[in-house]
Formats: sequence, structure tokens, C-alpha cells
Amino acid sequence: MSVAARAASLLAAFVIVAGLGVFVALYYIGGASALPMVHYSASGGQVNVALQEDPQNNSASKPDWVSYYVQDPGNSQWVHTTLFSVPANTKVNVTIYGYDGCTPLRNNFFSQVQGTIGNTVTVSQFDQHGKEYVSDQTTSVINAWANCNVGHTFAIPGMNLYVPVASPNAQLSANNLCSSSPCTPSGNPYAKETFSFMSPAHGGVFRWQCLVPCGGGFLDGNGGPMQTLGYMMGEMDVVSS
Amino acid sequence: MTTTTPATQSPAEPSHGRRLFGIWLILALAADLIIWFVWKPHLPPGDLSDSARHQQLDIAVLAVSAAPVIIFVLLYFTYAIVVWRARPGDDSDGEPIYGNTKVQASWIIGTTIIVLWLFVFGTVELVGPAGAGAGEGPSPVWKLAGATSATWTPGGKTMLEVQVIGQQWTWTFRYPQFGGMESTELMLPVNTPVTFHVTSLDVIHSFWAYQLGVKADANPQVDNVAYTTARALGGVTVRCSELCGIWHGAMFNYGHVVTQAAFQSWANGVQSKEKTDGVLAALPPFALAYDPTVVPQLGAALPKIDGITGAAGYYYPPGDPVTP
Repeated sequence: MSVAARAASLLAAFVIVAGLGVFVALYYIGGASALPMVHYSASGGQVNVALQEDPQNNSASKPDWVSYYVQDPGNSQWVHTTLFSVPANTKVNVTIYGYDGCTPLRNNFFSQVQGTIGNTVTVSQFDQHGKEYVSDQTTSVINAWANCNVGHTFAIPGMNLYVPVASPNAQLSANNLCSSSPCTPSGNPYAKETFSFMSPAHGGVFRWQCLVPCGGGFLDGNGGPMQTLGYMMGEMDVVSS
Repeated sequence: MTTTTPATQSPAEPSHGRRLFGIWLILALAADLIIWFVWKPHLPPGDLSDSARHQQLDIAVLAVSAAPVIIFVLLYFTYAIVVWRARPGDDSDGEPIYGNTKVQASWIIGTTIIVLWLFVFGTVELVGPAGAGAGEGPSPVWKLAGATSATWTPGGKTMLEVQVIGQQWTWTFRYPQFGGMESTELMLPVNTPVTFHVTSLDVIHSFWAYQLGVKADANPQVDNVAYTTARALGGVTVRCSELCGIWHGAMFNYGHVVTQAAFQSWANGVQSKEKTDGVLAALPPFALAYDPTVVPQLGAALPKIDGITGAAGYYYPPGDPVTP
């Protein structure tokens, strides 16, 4: 084989390998960027964020995975994503609707509310008939091991924010949990939890996650939705003004 | 190594050996002095603790040991190119190579001394600082001096016990001498021997308190013991150094080394708050390791499906309906 032919072969092999690498990178990056981002704007120095966590989701690929949803403030529709943005240095008022049943925390230390304003949350619980059996109870601890009350957590470790998210009491609700996502209060038992925190003064991306081992079907509850953006882990973009 | 015999060396030929040795000595001495006095104070991981200081010393000593060797190799390489290169028009063969007992003996003795020195120094530096800040497993061979006690007070020689708990993707730190209270912040008192009990609640992590020079694997259901003594006030960054999932790279917590009085005040404050809030009673009894499939307060393992617990791993009595 001539030198020119060898050089051409080498160049062709390089282009193929490099192209393959670029394709794989773009495939995964492109896949990740397909997840929609919900943007929240401040009003009066505050921003209201609404999330819900469901026992399942409406995706085609992983419908049996437990999942968070984010409410679009523009049309109040629930978006199957875990990406949202808030302005920097703003009071963020969060409402989480917990439709999933309870699971004990791996580390019950995270039953303690940390990092919210006042280090408390306010919880209401409703049964499937809409009856409110816990009404606006403000607490600093939701003991995941003593009562069947914690479904998941909303934690932003980078901000030292750890919030146990109440579940509907499955025993009182006869385990008649929501079975079609996104869930609605009508006909479904749920918990409503509110809390506030201050967003960081400077912009950045803050990961948030669930600390309950909620990856059903995976070893010890790890994996699956626990490890996948769009389900039980997400990112909060803090946008500087 | 190429050598020439005196018979083939011209009378005007300088003594290359002496010249090389002289240049090498000056360069090696200069490099070692620069390493020791200029570079060493800035070497990682710093000097916040005894273990960190020893690691800084180790790196400096290794650099000081290696620099003369590297300089010799590079110097000989450069010298050979400059002095012994073929001149234009010189097509003659090189000088024949003969064995040289002195060179061979020097090489063997020199490399033996270097290897033995590193062996002895490394062993001393592993044993002396009680494991050099590394995890020694549940039964440490090299223990840090200090009295053990169920309580800790400032001014004494009592060791502080800190349990390091890893889980995807955050660290918590439990203080059994303060009622088993737990924190997401690693706080340590200065000039106090510390025993870390490192464990995990899920997958394998690795506790890396960078500025303290402490690194120990966090394995589920294993108590991995590591020691250190902080010697200065300052901040600590705790990272995971074992690939543990998608957010391994973001798994870090912070901490501080504070005065003994400030530490006691902080620890008492956290213990009091957790007691008041009720979270202290909600924590499992302190143990050196935890079974992630057991809720101690309930006294039974979580139900499993094909050996798996998780979202459906509810913990109601068997008679209760199953959650989805």
C-alpha cells in the first residue's frame, strides 16, 4: 500500500471514530436537553413554585416509575419535568402535592425540615373523598419511621435544604392512590405541603433530589427514577437578574 | 551507559564523569532546596491536621528524593547530545563499550538505597500518624493515642467520635458523644484526636475530607475507621471520591475546624434543637453500621420483593393493604 493510501486510510479511520464519538455525545446531550424547563418569574419579590409527586407517570418509556411534575405558571398545566428556574435572591414559596404512598427514609435524620424559612413546613392531608383530616399543621419534623406520612423528599444539598414531603396516610385512604398522572385532587388522596426558602443571591444550577429509596424494582430502591432527570431528581436554575 | 577506556581517550579529553557530577550536584541541590523551601508549604493537602501535614511532608520528601534522579537522567541525556554527538564529516564508529564494575555497582547500590529508603520512610509515615488518615477497616492496626469516653468535654484528652454516613448523594455526620445527634456539617474541635467511623447507607462511597488529609471508603454495613487531629482553624470540604451514581460529582458537604469551646457550644446547640424537635428520638440507636433494609424502631426488616426493597417497600404490618 502506498504512503498516500495509508494516510488516507488513517484519516478515514480517524474521521469514523471521531464522528462516532460526536454522535454519541450529541445523542446523550440532545436527549438530556429534550427535558422541558419551567420558568418561574418573581412577583412582588416572591415566586410561587408548585410541584407534585406521583406513584407513576405518563411517559411512554417508564410509566411505572415514581415521578415529580412541575406546574407551568403560565397555563397551570403539569409538565413532566424536574427542571425549573427561579430568580436569584428571591423568596421562593413552594407547594408540593404528594400523591404517592409512604416509604421510610433510608436516614431518618432527613425527617427533620432544614433550610426552609423557620425550618418548618405546613402540611394538610386529604383522603380520596376530599376530606381534610390534617389541616395546615406546621411542623419541623415529619417522622418517616413512626407514621406512614413521608412519601419522598425535596432536597437541595447545595443549599442545605432538606424537606420531607408528606404523603397521604395510605391506611386512612385505603391505599386508593392516584393511578393516572398527572394526578388531580379529585378522587385521590393527597397531601399538600408548603414551605418557603430564599434562593441564592447569585445564579447557578442547583441539583435537587429525593432521599427516599424510591426506585421500585431496583436494588434497595436505588437506581431508576432516583438516578434519572425528569423523575425523582432535577435541577433548579437560579437566574441572576 | 557508554564508557571509554583511558587508552582511547585523548589527552585533551576532559573528565566527563567529574563534570557531570559537578553539574548534577549543583542542579540537584538547587532543585531540592526549591522544593523544600518554596514548593512544600503550598503542596496539597495543606497543614490543617496532623494527617494532612504528614501527607504534605510525604509528597515533599518523595519530590526531594526523585528530583536528583530525574535531573541526572535529563542531564546525562542532554550532555550526551551536546558533547558526544557525531560531528560533521565524522563517519567513524563509536568507541567500543566495555563493562564497568564501578558504574554497575554504583547503579545497584544507588537504586537499592533509594528503594529501601522509600520503603522505610513509607512505613514510618504509615505507622507514625496512625494510618496516615486512611481508612483502616473496623479493627485498626495503628490506633491514634487518646482516651475513649461516652462524653466529650473541652480541654481533655478524650477522643471525639464522629460517624460519617454516606448516601446518594450527601454526607451526614453523627456524634455519639452528643446523644447521637446528626448534622450535614462536619464540625471538629482543634487539637483533639478524632476517630471517624465511616459507613454508607446504600452504595459504596468514599469519604474524602480533603483539607484534613483523610480518605476512607464508605461501605454499607461496614465500620471503616480513620483518625486525624486538626491542628489549625479553617474550612473543610468533604467530597466523595468513589463513583457512586449520576451525581457523584456533586456530592460534597462542608465543615469547619473551630475552637474546642466553640465546638462544644455548637454540638450542645444542635443536640438540644434535635431533642426539642423530636428528630433525636426518631433516629436509630447509634450503631457502627446500619442495615439499610431495617427500620430499627419497628424491630423488623422491611418487606422485600425478590430481595429488593424500595418504593414498594412499605412497612405496614402484613395485614395492611399493599401500596402500589
